[in-house]
Order: sequence, then C-alpha cells, then structure tokens
Amino acid sequence: MKKKHLDIVPIGKIDDNLLQRLSVTIYHYFGYPCRVNEEWESPSYAYNPDRKQYYSTMILRELCGWVKNDSVRTIGVTNLDLYIPIFTFVFGEAQLGSHCAIISLARLKQEFYGLPPDNELFISRVEKEVIHELTHTFGLTHCGDVNCVMHASHTIGDTDIKSDQFCKFCNYKLISNLNELAET
Amino acid sequence: MNKDVRILVVDDEMIVREALSNYLREDGYEAIAVESGEEALKKVESERWNILFVDFKMPGMDGLEVLREVKKVTSDLPVIIITAYATVDSAVQAMKDGAYDYVVKPFDPEAIALLVEKVVEHQRLVRENILLRERLDQEYKFEEIIGRSQPMQDVFELVKNVAASDTTVLITGESGTGKELIARALHANSPRRYNPFITASCGAMPEGLLESELFGHEKGAFTGALYTKKGRFELAEGGTLFLDEIGEISLKTQVDLLRVLSEKSFRRVGGVEPTSIDARIVSASNRDLKKAIQEGTFREDLFYRLNVVSIHLPPLRKRREDIQLLADHFLDKFRAETNKKIEGISSQALNLMMEYDWPGNVRELENAIERAVVVGKGSEIVPQDLPFFNQGVTEERGPKLKSLKDREKIHILQTLEENGWNISKTAEDLGIDRVTLYNKIKKYNLEKSKTE
Repeated sequence: MKKKHLDIVPIGKIDDNLLQRLSVTIYHYFGYPCRVNEEWESPSYAYNPDRKQYYSTMILRELCGWVKNDSVRTIGVTNLDLYIPIFTFVFGEAQLGSHCAIISLARLKQEFYGLPPDNELFISRVEKEVIHELTHTFGLTHCGDVNCVMHASHTIGDTDIKSDQFCKFCNYKLISNLNELAET
Repeated sequence: MNKDVRILVVDDEMIVREALSNYLREDGYEAIAVESGEEALKKVESERWNILFVDFKMPGMDGLEVLREVKKVTSDLPVIIITAYATVDSAVQAMKDGAYDYVVKPFDPEAIALLVEKVVEHQRLVRENILLRERLDQEYKFEEIIGRSQPMQDVFELVKNVAASDTTVLITGESGTGKELIARALHANSPRRYNPFITASCGAMPEGLLESELFGHEKGAFTGALYTKKGRFELAEGGTLFLDEIGEISLKTQVDLLRVLSEKSFRRVGGVEPTSIDARIVSASNRDLKKAIQEGTFREDLFYRLNVVSIHLPPLRKRREDIQLLADHFLDKFRAETNKKIEGISSQALNLMMEYDWPGNVRELENAIERAVVVGKGSEIVPQDLPFFNQGVTEERGPKLKSLKDREKIHILQTLEENGWNISKTAEDLGIDRVTLYNKIKKYNLEKSKTE
C-alpha cells in the first residue's frame, strides 16, 4: 500500500492548536499530509516512580505496534518527562532510519526552568524538536553545524541556538532520502 | 561527520547496550554493542576501535578485568568505565588501571557527548601531529639537500657526524649556498628535532633591536616596550637557535652574546632574573670571519666559541657537477607547482648553465629555473629562457667563457636563435658564408631548440 500520511499521536492531553500547527510544519518540511490521531492515555506501564519519569523506549515500542498501514512515519507527542535508563532525561527519541519517534514537551517549557511562560519560544522549540526527531527517522544523524536543526540538543540552550533550518548538506541528504522513499 | 569513529559498548544489560549505542549512532558514530567482556576482547583483538565503553559490573569478566586485558592488547585505546555504583574506590582503581574516564549511570546526555567529542578530538590531534612530524622529517630530510660532488659529500658526512651532538656549529659559505638548509638539517637530525627551530637574522636588525630580539625585554624596559616579550633564545627552548649573518653584529652585541654562551644564561633587556638557555647554537656567515678578526670587527673569543665545528659550503662554481642535478631538481619542483608540461632542459641551455659562474649560487640557480619555467613557451628550457642569456657574454654577470672557441660557439648559437635558425640571415649577420656556418654548426654540435 502506498504510504501517504504522517501520523501524529498525542500521548496524554495536548493543546489542539499546537497539534494543528505541527501538522502544517510537518507537511511543509517533509511533504506528507498529517493526521492527528486520537489521544492516548497516559502510559502508566512506562512510569518509573524512582525517577518520576517515563521510559521513552517502552512508549516508542507501543507506537511501533500501533502504526497504520498507510503511514510513512509516526510521531508521538507528550507532556510527560521522558528518560532512557542511561540518561537523566531525553528531549525525544527516534528510531534511526526507521518508523517511529517521540518527543517530550516537558523540558521545552520555560516554566520547567522556573521562568515565566513564553508561548512563542515554546512553539519554536517544539517545532525544532519534531523536525529533528522525524529527520532521524528519515536516516539523518546529528550535524556538526550549530545552526542546523540536526545539531544535537543536549541542553535547552542547544535547542535555542540552532535554527529550524537544515544546513545545505543535511538538506541535500534529506531530500535525497525522501525521494528514495517516495520511489519505493 | 563521525562515521569513521568506531565505538564498542560492552554491557550485560540490553537496555544500556541498546540505548547507548543508539544514542551514539544518532551522533553519527559507528557503534557496536556486545554483552560480555569475553566478546569484547575478541572484537578488540580483531578490529580497530576508537573508544570502548565498558560496564563496571558484569557477570564473568567485570569491567576492570576487561580494562586490564584490553590494555595488554592495545594500550592506546581509550576505555571509559560505566557504572551505576559510584564509589570512589572503584573509580580510583579504574583510573589507576588506565581507564580514560569514568561515568555514572544515569548520565547527563551532554556529558557523554562532550566526553566522546573530547576523545575523538584528541585522537584527531594525535593523528595530525604524526602526519606533521612525518612531513617535517620529509621536508628537512638530509637527502633533500642536493649534491653528488665530493665537496658536498664531505659536508653531508660532517653534518651526519655532528647533528646528534649539542656542539656549536659555524656554517660559512657565500650567499645562496644553502647555509640555512644545512642548519635545518642539523636540527632535523638531532634529538631536538621536535622542538622549535628559531632563526635570528642578525644582519637585518639595528643593534638595539637585535638585543631585544635575541634576549627579549621586560615591560617598560624602553620606550615602546609595552609588553614583556620573549627573545629568540627563549623561543628556541629545547630546540636550535640559528644566528644568521653573525658577522654583521656589533662589537657590543658580540660581548653580550659571548657572555650568554659562556654562562649559558641571559637576562631580558630591563630584566633582573637570569634565564638559563637550553638551545643549540648554529650560526652562519658569508663573511670571512678570520679576516674580520684581523680587521678588529669580530671578536676572536666569540669566533672560537661559535666555531667548535665549522662547516664550509662550497660555491656552486666549485661544484659544477651538481648543476645539472640541481637544475633537474628545481625543474621538477616548479613543474609540479605550475603544472606546466616541460620535458627537460635543452643541451644548449644546460651548456650555458654549466659555463655560468653563478655568483648567487644555488639560490640564483633556483630562481633562474623558476623564471625559465614561468616564461618558457616550449617543451624544453632553452637558453633564451634563462635570465642571463640576454645579458650576453660580455656582461659582468654573464658566463665567464674561458676560450675564444667557447665565445664563438655561444655567439653563433645566439645569432641563430635570434634569426629563427635562418641560415642565410645568420651567415649574413655573422659576416661568413653559409658553408662556413654549416661547418661551425656541425663542429660545435649546435641544435635547434624545441620551442614549438
């Protein structure tokens, strides 16, 4: 079956306006129309009470089991704070060159750092992280160019420094990977 | 960007193996994970790795055992120990056994990224350093100084013998004979070769400036001394200081230099504390220093201090057998630089070069070939391409031809070239008939240059 949609899955309650904006952004960047799917319940199975965080790889595994036949990629969006066991936290996780990704909004909000809310900054961070994680699923690794959206974000500062654009090398690679995918 | 970097992750927990290797792959590294120390050792023995992450606590071989075994196989592979049990003792033990670093689970993502970047950058610098050292060896390799003639062979022998010692060397010879190259060869073949080679051109600087160049100065030592500055003696620490044109320094600086060489220490201009020197001194002069001593312009005691070993470089006219060798060497060099298709040097041009006196020595020859390569239009270098061709034989700097025969040969060739080898025109210009000209061409074995 021809894969023609990109799926967004809200995990827990996510603001509708944000989801709609992300749909537009994703279509603009990757050329696939987005479907915003029904909200999932909070994944209690992935909760670690000691860390008070959710194990992102477990949620990613659930997403992979759920994937729709005509879906080219699926990204989960959650307000929960995510981790993988070796790290103190993750902004998101993606299957490199495979189908699914997930991002956490928890650490993208100014309030997390004890600062007053800033909605525009928040949306810009979310967009960068969604583009970043989805691009991993299209096979691109981190980029050394600090301005490129594929530059690794280890702190929120890294996310703010980089732009929402690809450097020319990542841009070329993404286009070529997307073309290759469209031909299969 | 990092795909050449191979990282091996060793952990008995699948979660850690997968998470860490996936994370490293996202950064573009090639990451492979294995679950035991035994497997890791096999991988280390059979493949090339840049970094090894090893879990501290594993069934079978633990992290420390893996670390010790790995170090037996390849001592320079950086091993990073991962643990959930952060105890000072285990960290200290791991570092004592040669671990590069020690990380405690769960890690801060930034810490791991920076740690890996640090190792990769260090390895890149080490590689670059090795390459640069190889290039340095190549550049100043002894064999790069050209000369098959006996006088040059004697020089090479002497350089070989004295290079390894710390002896003070005085190199004499006319301008352009390659004194600095010999000084560099001495440095490059000495145990000091990876330390600096510093040159001080003594003739180029006025007295006051030379003093502060050589010894440095303290801030405020004189008007304009806004900062403390290190002198050449300090910059050459551990290496070689090459004092070029030593015969040009004033008697006052000669006294200072003598004191420095005797005491093996000096004071910066305006300074109080003496600084000891650890630099080999090689000096050079194109002047006859013995004559300068007689004239009272050079101190005899300094001469003997500098002249423990003396290397004299013969002028090019005293080793004519090296001219062709040098010319071919420079032709190769400039051909490669300019990418011009020049096959060689015509016999006429070579004859002219052999007869020329080369007052500027090898440097002049190098410049002549460079010019010839640039201006030459044919497949060979011809006499017209040489800078001294048009000056004619009567010019002071032209070839000093010994016999009338030589002069006649050059004159006929020059006239032939000027007339594009038109025999009638040339014969007319020379005031001889065509048959005589043919006979002369045959006699002197003259050939038309390949300029097409």
